[in-house]
This record gives sequence, C-alpha cells and structure tokens, in this order.
Amino acid sequence: MRHTISLTVENKFGVLARVAGLFSGRGYNIESLSVAETLDPAVSKMTIVTNGEDKIIEQIIKQLNKLINTIKVVDLTVTGHVEREMVLIKVSASGENRTEVLRLVDIFRGKIVDVSPDTFVIELTGDEEKIGAVLNLLKPLGVKDIVRTGKVAMQRSIQHNTVDNK
Amino acid sequence: MKMNGAKIFVESLKKEGVDTIFGYPGGVVLYIYDELYHSDIKHILVRHEQGAAHMADGYARVTGKVGVALVTSGPGATNTVTGLATAYMDSIPIVVFTGQVPTNLVGNDAFQEADIVGITRSCTKHNFLIKNVKDIAKTIKEAFYIARTGRPGPVVVDIPKDVTMDSTEFSYPDDIELPGYKPTYEGHTNQIKRSIDMILASKKPVIYSGGGIISSGASKELFAFAELLKAPVTNTLMGLGGFPGEHPLFLGMLGMHGTYAANMAVTHTDMLVAIGARFDDRVTGDISEFAPEAKIVHIDIDPTSISKNVEVDIPIVGNAKSILAEMNKLLKQDKRLKGFVRESEDWKTLINQWKESHPLTYKETGKLKPQFVIERIYELTKGNAIITTEVGQNQMWTAQFYKFSKPRTFVTSGGLGTMGYGFPAAIGAKVAMPEATVIDIAGDGSIQMNIQELATAVQYKVNVVVAILNNNYLGMVRQWQSLFYGKRYSHTDMSHKPDFVKLADAYGAKGYAVEKKNDVLPVLKEALKSKLPVLIDFRVEEEEDVYPMVPSGASLKKMLLA
Ligand SMILES: Cc1ncc(C[n+]2csc(CCOP(=O)(O)OP(=O)(O)O)c2C)c(N)n1
Ligand SMILES: [Mg+2]
Repeated sequence: MRHTISLTVENKFGVLARVAGLFSGRGYNIESLSVAETLDPAVSKMTIVTNGEDKIIEQIIKQLNKLINTIKVVDLTVTGHVEREMVLIKVSASGENRTEVLRLVDIFRGKIVDVSPDTFVIELTGDEEKIGAVLNLLKPLGVKDIVRTGKVAMQRSIQHNTVDNK
Repeated sequence: MKMNGAKIFVESLKKEGVDTIFGYPGGVVLYIYDELYHSDIKHILVRHEQGAAHMADGYARVTGKVGVALVTSGPGATNTVTGLATAYMDSIPIVVFTGQVPTNLVGNDAFQEADIVGITRSCTKHNFLIKNVKDIAKTIKEAFYIARTGRPGPVVVDIPKDVTMDSTEFSYPDDIELPGYKPTYEGHTNQIKRSIDMILASKKPVIYSGGGIISSGASKELFAFAELLKAPVTNTLMGLGGFPGEHPLFLGMLGMHGTYAANMAVTHTDMLVAIGARFDDRVTGDISEFAPEAKIVHIDIDPTSISKNVEVDIPIVGNAKSILAEMNKLLKQDKRLKGFVRESEDWKTLINQWKESHPLTYKETGKLKPQFVIERIYELTKGNAIITTEVGQNQMWTAQFYKFSKPRTFVTSGGLGTMGYGFPAAIGAKVAMPEATVIDIAGDGSIQMNIQELATAVQYKVNVVVAILNNNYLGMVRQWQSLFYGKRYSHTDMSHKPDFVKLADAYGAKGYAVEKKNDVLPVLKEALKSKLPVLIDFRVEEEEDVYPMVPSGASLKKMLLA
C-alpha cells in the first residue's frame, strides 16, 4: 500500500543523502520526495511517498526514526491530512485548441504562466486525483512536457474534520 | 585559551578519557600528529589502517569503552571501511577520525581526497564532516556519545587539514544537543508484566540471547533470570560468554553450526525469550520453520530489530540489563513460578536427552584435529583467556569447543564475517588489557589478511598468541564445495603460503610448528609464557568439516551431523 510519510529532520549537511541512502540501501521505493526548510531554519520537513507491505512500511518508519538527525516521523496515511502537489504542464495550444485549454485551466483553477504562439505552460495545484484528471483531459490536446514537485502533506489540526476543498 | 584545531582535538580526546589511539599518519593529519608528539595519549602505530580499525574494535569489545582510530585522508580513510562495517554489524562502539583535504579543496578531486562521509554512510551509526574549528570539541563529544549509547556502533569524524590548523577558544561542552537522538532504555512496564504472564503460562521455554547481553552488561541478570525460571539458554555467536558455557542449563550456540540440542530446543519450544539478538539468517535458517510453535518475547534496544525477520508476540524496547532486572524482581514475587518450574521438568528431560544423544564431537584419526587444539587451549586457560578468532571453520570450532564463561572474553566478527579481523582485534584487546592472556584462533587463509600487524605486536611488545589451525585450505569454503558443489575445490587450496615459523622469526616474533597431538600442550604452555608475540602453526587435518551444519536456508531441524 501507498504511504505518505512526513519527516522532520535537523537541517544538517548530508541529511537528504542519509534518507535517500536508507531507501536505496535497503531496497525501499521512493515515489516522491520533497524537502524544504520549516519556520525554524535549523529544521527541515520532508514529505515522502513510498509503497510496500505493512511490514516494510513499519521498518521504513523505524529506520527513519533511527537516523540520528531525525526529529519526528509521522505516517500521514493513518491520520487525517491534506496533500497537494504542483505540476507545470506544457501543452500544445494552437488554433481552436487554445480556447479548449483555457477552458480546462479555468475549470480546474489552474494558471497560465507562460505563453508562446503554439504552447501554454499551465501551473496547477491539487491532490493526485485532480492532477490525474487534468492530465487525462489535456493529453489528447498534446501534452509536451510535465514537471511535478512531488507531494507535500500536512496533518490536519482537527483530526475528525474531513472537508477537503480541492 | 586559544588553541589550534589539532590541540583541541587532543584535549577533547582527553576529556573523553581516551588513553590509546590506533593510528597511521599522512599529510592531512600532520598537525594532529604534531600534537600527539607531546601528548601522553598512547599511540599505536599500525601497519595498515584496517588493522587500526580492528584494533580499536578489539579494544572496545574487551573493555566496553569506545575504541579510537586515527588515519589520513583518501587511502588511509578507505582502508578503514572494512573495520567500520565489521564494527557496525556487531554494534561495537568505535570512533574513527579521518583526515580530509583542506576545506577549500573538498570536492575538487584533490590529491588523496575521498568522500569518506559518503562512502561510510551506510556502515556507520553516524558520521560527521567538521567544517569549522569551532565545531571540533562539540562534534567529538557527540561522536563518542553516539558511539557508546543506545545500540552502540562506529562513528566517523572527518577533519579537513585547515580545520586542525585554525585556532579558536577551547571549551569542552557539558551537554549534548541531539534533538533527534533519544535511545529508549526503560522497558515498557506493561509489556514486561505481560511477558511474565506469557512465560509462566508456557511449558517449554528457551532463552535465546545475543550480543545485547554483552553490550549492556546484563550477564548477571541473564544468569539470575535463567536460574529463576530454570530455563535453558542458547546463545548466538555474538552472545557467547554472556552465559556460563559449562552451566547445566546451557545449550551451546544455535543456528547454522549450532548444537543439536540448541537447534532442536528452538524448533520445539513453546516460549522463546529473545534478548539482545536479532534473528539473523545464520541463526534462524528457514525463517518459516524457526520456532514454529513458539510464542515470542523480544527484548532489544533497537526498535528496527523487532519484527524485522520474525513476528513477535511481545516486543520490549530497551536496555536488556534493566529490563531483565525488572523481570527478575517480578518473577521472585510471583506465586506461579514454582508450578512453572515443575511443569517444565519434562521439557528439560527431553533437552538433556538431545544433549546426550548428540554432543559436540569429532572423530579421532591419526592426525591432529583442530577441535583437539581448541580443547587444549580451553583446558590450559580454563576459560580465563580472551579469545579472538578469524573467520571460517576456525571461528565455528572455537564457538563450539571453547566454553566461554565470561562476557567480553570472546571477540569475533559475527555479522560481517571479516577474515583478517582476529589478529588485529587480539592486539587491540591486549593493549587494553596487558595482563590478560589473549589468543587469536586463526585460519591459514585469514591470518594472511592482516599478518603485517605482527610488526606492530613486536614493536609494542603486545604478546598475543596466534594459534593457526593450518588446514591448507580456505576450509569453510572448501566445506561448502565438498557438500554442495560436488567436491570441486575451486580456488580454495591454500597450500602456497609462507613458512609461518620463519615468518614469525623474520618479524622478530616467535614461531612454532606442531604436528603431533602430544606437542600441543607443551608448545601452548611455552607460548603463553613467551616474552614475544607467538605464531603457532598447527598442522591440522586438512579436510575436517564443521558439524552439525544446517545448509544455508534450510530449517534448523535439518542438521547434517558428523
Ligand atoms: C575478507 C573475507 N573474504 C572472504 C571471505 C569468505 N570466506 C569465509 S570463510 C573463508 C575461508 C577461511 O579460510 P581460513 O582462514 O583458512 O579458515 P578455515 O575455514 O580454513 O578455518 C572465506 C574465504 C570472508 N569471510 N572474508
Ligand atoms: Mg584454512
């Protein structure tokens, strides 16, 4: 099963390599990983999406905890959380395609961030489902390139609240 | 007071109580060596940096203190990698200081640059690159703390040359700032209580204990625990010495070359109490048939060891010593204990039958037997020596035939199985404990992997005895070829090798060759009195195999017997 893990680490030299090395050295998968500083510049937060059987996930969490620079590990999958990913999509847009693309961008509350005579670059934020849906709709129109940030995720403050305004 | 980095380095080591460094100099550590020139810290100049890492490891294993090695950048640093991996697999606290090229050259493919922090990331508990002289004291404090606490392990500290030259105010920190590192020592009270209930409800208990007993100093508590329960005890290779080898409740080692009784006992037990052991594949064999009928309580300081290979019923994370002490306290007051001991009598009768029907043994032929040599070493030292081993048959026979009775007397590379470990480890042990009798039980292949340290032993008058069980083969590999590869002895013939007696002589040590049984004891006696390091070339039966043997990946009950 797929798990989204939030990892709080000391913002120290080589920490990313330690985390990545742990996954590669033990044969665990990383689907995506994003990392940046928190409010406290001495601390970074990573969001790691991985998959594996329960036993593997349990080991991953324990192994992450074992790293000296790890401050906290939370498996968000088992708690209420929000996840978002940003994607940049370069799509062909010439002739009548242009209005169709604009319409889709509008519906999904994306933004056009770059324009050329025959392409748009779209910025879109959302959860996996939404990004998947948009990509599916855009593909027939000619998607030339995409870049994704990987997921970022945060635990909800109130755990029973499940409203998620995508 | 202002000091340069090199001086801060030495002062910090003193603050950590370091009395001995195993090292080898080079360009980038010259400021440090210049400081050592005046220092009263003992420095042992090795002949190869692998030797330094293993000596620090041997020092650590017999004392429980952190062992220290110091080497130069590039090749000096990479030469320690096997030593680090060895210490890592066996959870041994050492700190290896590696010199590094000056900070402005790091990343430049400079002369003798190696990314040792990158290289050793997966074979150290943690590692550091110091970029500023202000961080030396703090980093050394953290390195020693990390090495010796929690589940111990090796730490690398990489120090660029300019950092040792720069100056700053020296003050050794009192506190450690490691927000993410808080090992658990106290076992969960409820889990402990539940485990007592589970144990006392069983009829066929077995205690399976490993290196955690040694590293946490829990052998007294283990002894009391076993005595209270009157439960049989089996040890892993790393656990030997944690329980008296001649005790009636002792089953010997379990696993691939474990005793018949130990392997049968874990196969049929209904209650396995695992303490400071990690269900390694050499121990469990086919994991699906390991202790199939048992409930399992697993005590370990490292949460990642728990439920990694085997699902357990009650995990208890913490220090084995304090957890066992707590369990003993509860057991003493428990009214169910008497009944439990009575109820498990039949089980022990069965175990004793296994012990009697299949003791460890070997066939006498006309030739000198390796097991015979080890028995004589045991007889002569009465279990009071520190024994190190190399890897292969020599190691397994030692584990079987030397009845270790005290913790920290058996020094062997268990997890990594490093040939060439035993001799430098013996030197490290003897440097730490000059009064102790230290014997490396070696193979003719392994001893050639770090034989250069004989010069070190002679120079510093570290009078260890190396008992080479010379079978003219890479014996353990030959055994596998014999059993599983149609006796095709592909590249395991070791008959081309130096004359060990002359070799010892060339190094300024003392050499003996022994072919006859009757000469074993007299030569050993002489060796133990020697004022020089000794190599004894025991010409043993060439194609002797180690039994019992569980073929790799097979169930423990499928033992091949002699
Ligand atoms: C550094 C290293 N290389 C290879 C091996 C694989 N290996 C395991 S045992 C063994 C044979 C050891 O021969 P020897 O030292 O003569 O011991 P014996 O088994 O004959 O007692 C080998 C090659 C190893 N354990 N370590
Ligand atoms: Mg041999």
